[in-house]
Amino acid sequence: MVEGAIALQDEPAVGAPPALEIPDFDIVPRVGLILAAVAAAAVIVAVAVNKLWPLLFLHVSGGAAWTIIDLFLGLVLGPIMGAMPPPARVQFTTRLMPKMVVIMPIVVTMTLASGWQLGIHDGTVLSNWPHHSWILASFIIVGVMSVIALGLLEPANIAVLIELKKPQPRPEVIERLMKRFMYSAGILGAMQIATLVIMTRIASFP
Amino acid sequence: MSERQLPPFTEVAMTSLALIVAGGIYLSAHLPRHVPLTPAIILLAASVVLMVVNLASLARVSDFAWDRFFQVAKWSGLAYLVIAGMIEYAFLQNHVKGGALVILTLSLAVFAVHVPALVGFTVARFYEPSTA
Repeated sequence: MVEGAIALQDEPAVGAPPALEIPDFDIVPRVGLILAAVAAAAVIVAVAVNKLWPLLFLHVSGGAAWTIIDLFLGLVLGPIMGAMPPPARVQFTTRLMPKMVVIMPIVVTMTLASGWQLGIHDGTVLSNWPHHSWILASFIIVGVMSVIALGLLEPANIAVLIELKKPQPRPEVIERLMKRFMYSAGILGAMQIATLVIMTRIASFP
Repeated sequence: MSERQLPPFTEVAMTSLALIVAGGIYLSAHLPRHVPLTPAIILLAASVVLMVVNLASLARVSDFAWDRFFQVAKWSGLAYLVIAGMIEYAFLQNHVKGGALVILTLSLAVFAVHVPALVGFTVARFYEPSTA
């Protein structure tokens, strides 16, 4: 056993119950923090210089990452993880979730900050832009997504990692938190489809 | 899993966050026109009231894992302070000023307090002192 162990509940009470190996992991990967700091610095510089290309680059790359991660987690990885045997699920979770702790906040911040600045630069966020209702719709969708991500997804992400760090993690707690994480990611993934529709429509206006 | 009786912290926190998000959308939807601030002030005030009530109701829970709550909320708070700072920087860079800046700054303050508290709560609620 490496770090902690989860006893399998349904095993017969003969001898010591088999335990799941939990690999050692950092809740917040240090390397990821450095990369996030670089991305944050890039956003600050892009907002300061207010030039089209850096803003567009950060908004499109951040938005693409955000959309794809949400869709992939919610609609592809979630069901796969649900079907995995517990040992494989624990191994996968301890490798995936620490990365998500760093990736999602910076990707969301990068997308929204550069997107807002891009909207100011192009005038699309101003109420006198002819297609302003599309921008308003995107504000509302992003607002709902933010509340779900901040209120459900991110806390579940941190909580499951801290539970896995305990000497005796409780499988039922991990199960509950992972369900909450995956359902939230699924809802966000579905809302990302609406974001894709709105953003491509906005980009295609003459 | 034994469940302790806890206040509906997550639900109230999400409502509080939704109110400041609604206020932010209201203000940004009217740019660059002059916008009446009253609806945004009402939304912010309601959000602050919910946050205070939420934290107060949690403070009344006697056997809550406060050590774990503050341990997580502290680091989470640092991260969300950085994010709030970046958003505030974007406001200042775009010459947001006056009442709108005050409302948006206070909204960010609610965000930077309530979200870390929510993360701390989610961790601490599953923490049993006997497993320390």
